Amino acid sequence: MFANIDLTFWVGAFLTVAIFSFLYKDNPVYKLAEHLFVGISAAYWMSVGIWTTLVPNLLCRLCPGWVNSLAGSDCLCPPASHVSGYERWIYLVPLVLGILLLMRLSPKGGWIGRWSLAFIVGITAGLNLLRYMQSDFMAQVQATMITLLPGWQGFGHFFGNLSLSLDSPLVATFSAWVVFFGTFCGLVYFFFSKEHKGWFGGASRFGIWVLMVTFGAGFGYTVMARISLLVGRFRYLFGDLIDMMNS
Amino acid sequence: MKRWIMLGVCLLSALPLWAQEPPAADTAAAQVAAAPQAAPATAVTAADAPNDNGHSLVVTFVPSADDREGGPVIGYEVYRSVDGGEWDMRGTVPASGPAGDATLRYRDAGSKDEASQDYFPIGQAYQYRVRTLSVGGFVDSEPSAPMGSTAEWFHFGKLELFLALVIFTGLMIIFIGRAKKGAELYIRPLAGIDAVDEAIGRATEMGRPILYVLGLGVASDIATIAAFTVLQRVAKKVAEYNTKIIVPCYDPIVMSVAQETVKAGFMDAGRPDMYREDDVYFVTQSQFAYVAAVNGTMLRERPATNFYLGLFYAESLILAETGSLAGSIQISGTDQVTQIPFFVVACDYTLIGEELYAASAYLGREPLLMGTLKAQDWAKGAFAVALLIGLVATLAGWSSIAGWFHLDL
Repeated sequence: MFANIDLTFWVGAFLTVAIFSFLYKDNPVYKLAEHLFVGISAAYWMSVGIWTTLVPNLLCRLCPGWVNSLAGSDCLCPPASHVSGYERWIYLVPLVLGILLLMRLSPKGGWIGRWSLAFIVGITAGLNLLRYMQSDFMAQVQATMITLLPGWQGFGHFFGNLSLSLDSPLVATFSAWVVFFGTFCGLVYFFFSKEHKGWFGGASRFGIWVLMVTFGAGFGYTVMARISLLVGRFRYLFGDLIDMMNS
Repeated sequence: MKRWIMLGVCLLSALPLWAQEPPAADTAAAQVAAAPQAAPATAVTAADAPNDNGHSLVVTFVPSADDREGGPVIGYEVYRSVDGGEWDMRGTVPASGPAGDATLRYRDAGSKDEASQDYFPIGQAYQYRVRTLSVGGFVDSEPSAPMGSTAEWFHFGKLELFLALVIFTGLMIIFIGRAKKGAELYIRPLAGIDAVDEAIGRATEMGRPILYVLGLGVASDIATIAAFTVLQRVAKKVAEYNTKIIVPCYDPIVMSVAQETVKAGFMDAGRPDMYREDDVYFVTQSQFAYVAAVNGTMLRERPATNFYLGLFYAESLILAETGSLAGSIQISGTDQVTQIPFFVVACDYTLIGEELYAASAYLGREPLLMGTLKAQDWAKGAFAVALLIGLVATLAGWSSIAGWFHLDL
């Protein structure tokens, strides 16, 4: 009956149960699975990094002929990936920065690696500033400039259509108020230059309440997603096993 | 008998299709399969795309005279050629239909990467023509005059963004200058940060290490940069109290920066001899393998205090839950909105979003960080004022004010 079952399934099932054993307490079986997982994944990602980043994005741009001669074919650096002219020599910059970073391995030359680190952190932080200013500031201001009385056609229309349907004036107005005052009071909460007392403190407290309600909704949503992952794992353990036994 | 009649009708109706020649993109003459024949698009022109990096052109044309509501025109295909050679289809434009647009527009954008198959060289002259697709077939327009693209130095569609950045940078410079001159800049107390010293003291009393997890971010993520600043302060305190700190890292660059940061903290405390590089180590770049390793460390090393500061994803709850079971004091902080709920429920103190950035300034009190934080507060103040103005304006019926913040990307 079990002869139909693939060996890889048994390995996967054993490692799954070994990781689950952590729920009881730390134990040698968990340690074995943990070390296997860490060791294999570290080696795997290093290999992926070399073949999907270092070779195609750097070596194939700088010296495609040399890479292809080592590989014995042009499968690693196809002609379409070649660059010419000054663009080719620009790739010397990441090469030099990478070598400087590797100098950290040298006991005396470790400080040289700080130049690369400063370059990476500085450049990307500057680019992120632009991105955040665009998405978190400009777009947010624009999205929050809404009317507090959407589709207002007078009190008669408002009270004549009282319902909890999504397109009712009551729900639309309530949503607009929550968006506006939630954003405004959330901003007040994250204002650090003033003590949160008086009306400022009240607005700040309302802001944190809005945040907590949002977090609560997010928590429930994500927990349900995690349960679906657990169900998937159980399906792997039992559903696939039964399928293989029946095949 | 009926079946044979039906088959005959079908064959007869298919004859025009069989008789039609396959579409040839390189012929300028009109080709029509069946009536009604649509008029071709006219006045096809190519122009340099404004505010771009030089790897695109804009094609405009006057739609077919038959492009109207209920008319035979289905849409348009835009073809491109170099020196009138082979015509390549670049994209489609829907029929104007009921909108009745006087002109239609297509942006032909390519890649700036010379190695890409879609490479669009700057200055290369291209000709365009538009194929009008109708129920009766298709008809090609006259080709446009050759046109090459140029690159612009400035993107005027992002002018508002540029102004906002200039103002923000100016504020930063002003406040950093004030902080350097010794001005007292107030920052309200943050509960999570006030607990840092207490948590380090607890670890010292218990004789157990401190675990500092920087999350899955890379060294350039803002949250990770803020976490480095707090790490330096924690490392300094750890060195002063003669306690051990463990920093397992997910990213090799983060590990390098973390090693430098911890070393700097130990040097600030005047104890560089106590620094052990092996305590700041790389684990793996696989998310859940990293979690498995950190969880194992928590149960084997039994740290008295766990810090989770940086960028976190699905591993946040697994880490915080394990730390909670191990009885550690936990201080967390991230700007990942989806992960904050898990830290809130499983940690003793949580720095929510921007509190993490403020924490680094609050702890360090360095002019650079204090000035930046103050500039951020002013930016938030400007945001709040803009919201209030927007509120009044929209209530007064002037809803177009939101357009001031629209970026034409």
